[in-house]
Amino acid sequence: MDLYEYQARDMFEAHGVPVLAGEVADTPELARAAAERVGANSGGVVVVKAQVKAGGRGKAGGVKLARTPDEAAAHAEAILGMDIKGLTVKQVMIAEGAKIAEEYYFSLLLDRSNRSYLAMCSREGGMDIETLAVEHPEKLARIAVDPIAGLDAAKAREIIDAAGFDEADKDALVQVLMRLGEVYAAEDATLVEVNPLVKTEDGQIVALDGKVSLDNNAAFRHPDHEALQDHSATDPLEMLALEKDLNYVKLDGNIGIIGNGAGLVMSTLDVVAYAGEEFTAADGSHPRPANFLDIGGGANAEVMADGLDVIFEDAQVKAVFVNVFGGITSCDAVADGIVAAYDILAKHGKSPKPLVVRLDGNNAELGRSILDGAGLPLLERVDTMDGAARRVAELAALAD
Amino acid sequence: MAIFLTRDSKVIVQGMTGSEGIKHTTRMLASGTQIVGGVNPRKAGTVVDFPGDVRVPVFGSVAEAIEATGADVSVIFVPAPFTKAAVVEAVDAAIPLAVVITEGVAVKDTAEFFEYAQTAGTTRLIGPNCPGLISPGQSNAGIIPADISGPGRIGLVSKSGTLTYQMMFELRDFGFSTGVGIGGDPIIGTTHIDCLKAFQDDPDTDVIVMIGEIGGDAEERAAAYIKDHVTKPVVGYVAGFTAPEGKTMGHAGAIVTGSSGTALAKQEALEAAGVKVGKTPSEAAQLTREIMQGLQR
Repeated sequence: MDLYEYQARDMFEAHGVPVLAGEVADTPELARAAAERVGANSGGVVVVKAQVKAGGRGKAGGVKLARTPDEAAAHAEAILGMDIKGLTVKQVMIAEGAKIAEEYYFSLLLDRSNRSYLAMCSREGGMDIETLAVEHPEKLARIAVDPIAGLDAAKAREIIDAAGFDEADKDALVQVLMRLGEVYAAEDATLVEVNPLVKTEDGQIVALDGKVSLDNNAAFRHPDHEALQDHSATDPLEMLALEKDLNYVKLDGNIGIIGNGAGLVMSTLDVVAYAGEEFTAADGSHPRPANFLDIGGGANAEVMADGLDVIFEDAQVKAVFVNVFGGITSCDAVADGIVAAYDILAKHGKSPKPLVVRLDGNNAELGRSILDGAGLPLLERVDTMDGAARRVAELAALAD
Repeated sequence: MAIFLTRDSKVIVQGMTGSEGIKHTTRMLASGTQIVGGVNPRKAGTVVDFPGDVRVPVFGSVAEAIEATGADVSVIFVPAPFTKAAVVEAVDAAIPLAVVITEGVAVKDTAEFFEYAQTAGTTRLIGPNCPGLISPGQSNAGIIPADISGPGRIGLVSKSGTLTYQMMFELRDFGFSTGVGIGGDPIIGTTHIDCLKAFQDDPDTDVIVMIGEIGGDAEERAAAYIKDHVTKPVVGYVAGFTAPEGKTMGHAGAIVTGSSGTALAKQEALEAAGVKVGKTPSEAAQLTREIMQGLQR
């Protein structure tokens, strides 16, 4: 889960990372009121910042300086509803204005390649860090951080030294980095990034922006993280799937996909997309996968029904591919699940869409004969994954 | 011979007395695995009955189990919140191989127990969030169904469980020395490279099949390793060509970030290293079949 800037700011503050005053607002009126409070210590000057989970907000016109509460309200009016990289701005943060002397960069993240953590730090912040890393790698210190020891004082000093900071600033920076390390460890983050980390004209080190990603697998020890989840931007079908506890991702095509196991489902999407290239619908488009849906190892009737329920709900879906390899689950249980799913869906008043089923592996013969004997409407069986993908693509291309 | 797991492996199960533990211990026993004990401090001293009059003793700790049985492999089924403690216990007891089946482990826990095992230097970890490994006809440590394929001379390493089964099924006429499911989490104990090295050194493996998926750079690194160190033929398959950027596709590690971690980059890296890459699992199986038939001629 990625946090909004204002959520990261609040999390920083809770762990003692120096931040400036900031409040979130979703109307110009609330932005005006926030600016009155937040600007009290900065001569009325505030920054109105679009809250979207995307970079390049400044370039898109989503970050504006305001000298009065009225001006803040006017900026909020302009920024709210703005589209930034396909995301609609629904909230702004009203942040206290700062007199910036220097801008730095710091991040701590999961380093998959080295199976460890990595700290990156530079005296040149504010700009796009990926550009800096390519054009001036020597200006970006990269220091491995031991996951067990964490970002302790010695490690923070090593990072600060490597980034070449002035002696006078080092002690303060070490303190801030340790606090950011605490955010990372205590909150089960996989990324804590501050860009820019600034030195103000009066010499304070402050985190002026923040990006935090949290590990969903650690939710069991962070009941408070659920409240940080913003479902308003979630696709309605993804929301429905989430309520049914399904592992579903909405895509933009017209072939619904259900499979067991993440790797097999990813592979199914690819195979269907390749097959789709061979067929052309009346409007000239090629059929493509409409979703990712992994129903896991134990594909019982209820999960199958829930999965088909979500996919039939997707108006774009013209045909559905159920691709199951019976490993731990046997294919007869999966076939029974599909038959039962049709009953459940009929009770819900849902009419089926063309469905291609491929069953292979454990008890495949029995599973196939159950499906063949059930006489389910619009259901076809194809024995191989590649063959089934071609058939479902053909059906999707033929539909309306 | 096989890699990491042979008929002589003595296997214990941490979390054997839970529902998943019982179910899969039963299956492992049925496929010929020497299961010598379970571990559960609250049930130490008891015995669990399995079909076929098999009685498996439960020990209070991994160390006690090793002392009593000479176990050298532990399969871990304990729930995610307790997985780190279970792995640390296994490492403290210096068990040579710990296979972590549990899914949904917090990545901070994995980072910590991986670092802990590296420092100790006594324990190879496989997983977490993996189906384990099987040396058909010899031993089975995990949840890979033993009836898909018998023994043979293909070595398989895969990030994905079901694609492991799919590939073993497609190539069941040839059989496998060992199939290793390394898991799809962002941090895993045993990598593609570790398995490639072991298969290269295994006199009973002729061809290596490697299954990857989007996310991270493990496949690219494996490609570089193959170029320099692997002389046996390698066939590859990568899942996730059509995965959108920024979306996690089922496995916690399966995500394309910006331009990194794409299936295309992985395929290109593997092909540049001389790996034959199939466009679909069936095509990869066919490429493997052709190589095996060539070798048998």
